[in-house]
Amino acid sequence: MNRRDSIKTIVISSLASGLLLEGCLSKEKKIIYENVWKYKYGRTPEELKRDLELLNQVFFSSEELNKIRVLANLIVPPNKDGNIDDAEVPEFIEFIAKDAPSFQDIFRDGLKWVDIISNKEFEKNFIDCNESEQKSILDSVAFPKGKKNKEEAFFSTFKDLVITGYFTSEVGINDLGYKGNQPNFWDGVPDEIMRDHGFSYEKDWNYKFVDPLKRNDIAKWDDDGNLIS
Amino acid sequence: MEIIENKKKYDVVIVGSGAGGGMATKILTDNGLTVALMEAGPFFDPANPDQQLHLKWPYESPRRGRGSTRAFGDFHASYGDWKVEGEPYETKGDTKFNWWRSRMLGGRTNHWGRISLRFGPNDFKRKSVDGLGDNWPIGYEDVKPYYDKVDKLIGVTGTKENIYNEPDGFFLPPAKPRLHEMYYKKGAEKAGVKVIPSRLSILTKRISNERGVCYYCGQCGRSCGSYADFSASSCLVFPAQRNAQGKLDLYVNSMVREVSVDKKGKPNGVVYINKDDNKEYKINAKVVVLAASACESARILLNSKSPYHENGLGNSSNMVGKYLHDSTGTNNMAFIPDLMNRKTYNEDGMGNMHLYSPWWLDNKNLDFPRGYHIEIWGGLGTPSYGTGFNFNSLNSFFGLEVGGYGDRVREEVKKYYGSTMGFSTRGESIPNIDNYCEIDPEKKDKYGIPVLRFNYNWSDYERKQAKHMNETIKEVVHNIGGHMLWENGGRDNGLLTPGEVIHEVGTTRMGNNPKTSVVNKYEQLHDAKNVFIVDGGPFVSQADKNPTWTIMALSWRTSEYIIDELKKQNI
Repeated sequence: MNRRDSIKTIVISSLASGLLLEGCLSKEKKIIYENVWKYKYGRTPEELKRDLELLNQVFFSSEELNKIRVLANLIVPPNKDGNIDDAEVPEFIEFIAKDAPSFQDIFRDGLKWVDIISNKEFEKNFIDCNESEQKSILDSVAFPKGKKNKEEAFFSTFKDLVITGYFTSEVGINDLGYKGNQPNFWDGVPDEIMRDHGFSYEKDWNYKFVDPLKRNDIAKWDDDGNLIS
Repeated sequence: MEIIENKKKYDVVIVGSGAGGGMATKILTDNGLTVALMEAGPFFDPANPDQQLHLKWPYESPRRGRGSTRAFGDFHASYGDWKVEGEPYETKGDTKFNWWRSRMLGGRTNHWGRISLRFGPNDFKRKSVDGLGDNWPIGYEDVKPYYDKVDKLIGVTGTKENIYNEPDGFFLPPAKPRLHEMYYKKGAEKAGVKVIPSRLSILTKRISNERGVCYYCGQCGRSCGSYADFSASSCLVFPAQRNAQGKLDLYVNSMVREVSVDKKGKPNGVVYINKDDNKEYKINAKVVVLAASACESARILLNSKSPYHENGLGNSSNMVGKYLHDSTGTNNMAFIPDLMNRKTYNEDGMGNMHLYSPWWLDNKNLDFPRGYHIEIWGGLGTPSYGTGFNFNSLNSFFGLEVGGYGDRVREEVKKYYGSTMGFSTRGESIPNIDNYCEIDPEKKDKYGIPVLRFNYNWSDYERKQAKHMNETIKEVVHNIGGHMLWENGGRDNGLLTPGEVIHEVGTTRMGNNPKTSVVNKYEQLHDAKNVFIVDGGPFVSQADKNPTWTIMALSWRTSEYIIDELKKQNI
């Protein structure tokens, strides 16, 4: 059995026992299995097991998730560059609530509060309000001055997670304009940008930087430490 | 409990597979000795797709990389951080100490910053310079040949600078600085602070056909899958395995408890717990090399009690665990308005800063005795968990509204992307006999091994140095029109908690006098000539440098001494 198979065995066996305890249906088993393998980076078997357990639990109700989706779309409105659903922000927030339980009460209470206040002011639930009504509620907590009250703290924390969730997603990273995380050759800041900022490698530095044409030649030095290859 | 004895007798058993242990493994097996290499964590190869952490996107983690199980986030190549499940440690009184452990093949060298600095002539003789602490029993000239060999074997970027206490070596070409680094250079030079290209163990040029060349993803902290950065696993242990032709046995998930001794009190191997079956085993060897990290090696010695070594092995001087010291550090961060509204391009570069400032002043003219260097960070980095938190708080510098939501989010996140810079100042502390680790009288870890208890306090030497660090950074930031994001204050001026710079050394210090030191100038126990320590433990003082290059140079030197002594049948 190779390493991948052995990790899969661990997953499947703990999946089985987890499902037995949770009393889940086989359809959900398939979804959980796909979720586990959607995320792939060098997790240890212990971390994989922990992720599996979290993905196997449900924290927010579908009503709460709907509210999360509506709120997230107000915080980062959809446009041609990306949207909250493509960025999988609701899924991310569901996971984080289980991953970091200190968020749970803040979110649950905050999600209740938006309905309490919307019913008080507009006699309907938050998601049934129109956009300007929804914004009038958010505006009351979106600009905290000094120490935050409970509602301001909820919105501030929630907003942070929505924005970070968006900009760490595939669409959000493209939207931001981040260009890295791929093999390349670094040959310095582009000339025109150096010029815009008043810098010049030639003027400011007397060093021989990496030569892209010779970087695959094995390094050799003379006895004084001068590179000769 | 019954100890299961392995019948095989090795020439050498090495405990720990990081910088020191990896180097000893390579040199000893290259010279034909049989070696058992003990590692407390699992096998790790950054090129194994199942363990790979580099070239991943934040959304490949369900928590977008949040540090829920790893202090520095999901993609950071360390199994274990300041907390390791089931392996606690204690502190005494008002001590705060954070002890990093990386339980994996290669240890901390998988995640480290690759900053590879030689100690200079003054760094081995600090007492002669300022009267504090002690001199090493060796000098730069003793270590220089080994630094040269490490440079050529492992590879390090840099430039010839002819600075007396920052010796030059055999360097690979440096990479061009990033934009924020050009700003740093401008501000620093105006403040009289020297700036030079970084010395990083990252291959900007090929050094062998066994390892790749840097492709500038900026992710050395995730350990490089093409082996273009230095990790002890990929650059020392794997080559040793290939060359050793059966002479090297690697024992992973093997937690060493103590050095065992024969009926006459002579060390003859180690006892370890196999984490897979929780049973105790014994490895027999002629020579024991400890490289488990400064504090873990001290712990093993102190736990190696026998009628011949009632105080623990190598501890007749009572010096094991004493003089524990970490680098000093403060962190500062600034907002640079000239770096707002950036045009984006791939600025990942190497996995650390492309330039830095070595110590540039003479402490004779200052109110603190030892120096520090400056590391910087910033740029158009990979978004990670936390990107966009308080997305427009920098508006406060312009008197603009902070808060809100909606269309402004995208606009303001982009406006400030890449406009902040961080400064990590890292310095030398004064070794102090009252800063130490010892065995806790009661507590044991989940393997039943007595745990460490730490005693550590900074002194005014470090506090005054930290004040100077903060003032320097403020001046640099001011010179480029920037704003500090916070002020380090309080009694300690923002000094990081001891252990947080992860450079702890000194617990088994080197010296000629067996009454005041644990090992001699060859890192050999005064009390047992077949036991050696090749991690940071033997450091007499830490210098304002990072310890890894010196750990490896000394380990190489000690390994040659072991080979020689075995040939002469002295051990």
